[in-house]
Amino acid sequence: MPISEIELESALKKKFPDAQIECQDLAGDTDHWEVRIVDPVFQGQSRIQQHKMVQEAVVDYDIHALSIKTAAK
Amino acid sequence: MDQKAVLETIKSQITENDIVLYMKGTKETPQCGFSSAVSKLLTELQLPYIAVNVLENPDLREGIKEYTDWPTIPQLYVKGEFVGGYDIVRESYETGELQDVLKDKGLLSQS
Repeated sequence: MPISEIELESALKKKFPDAQIECQDLAGDTDHWEVRIVDPVFQGQSRIQQHKMVQEAVVDYDIHALSIKTAAK
Repeated sequence: MDQKAVLETIKSQITENDIVLYMKGTKETPQCGFSSAVSKLLTELQLPYIAVNVLENPDLREGIKEYTDWPTIPQLYVKGEFVGGYDIVRESYETGELQDVLKDKGLLSQS
């Protein structure tokens, strides 16, 4: 189910208030997204843990494809 | 298949095989771009692996998500351990971390 960029970004901001967040609509259909999140909160966490945190932030949305990139800085 | 049996099946698949890829479609005919990409990457590394087509078994498709506590497919297991989905496998391949893990586990030669 498509999600608007504003909706997606605000869902991520809620979970990562201090992060630098970028959302890219990969296919122009608002259903295939790539998100890049830079947040010191990821420091010391495995990639799997980092991605899980992002998945949790958008768990209420049914996004067809969500590519995740995370970094601590 | 009841749920307990599904989780047991997964457990034995990942412990009895060194590398298991849960994917949509088969190695020869993947049904999803992400599944296809991970499958190709394993082939590129010349790694023997078992591919489990979750589209053939809806119980397994839901079961693997629950077993790993991970919402998407593909899922890659190495020596019984969840390594990641497409994004993580791709990224750790690019940084060489994936190869290091495989070498540590004796599945990839040290060269």
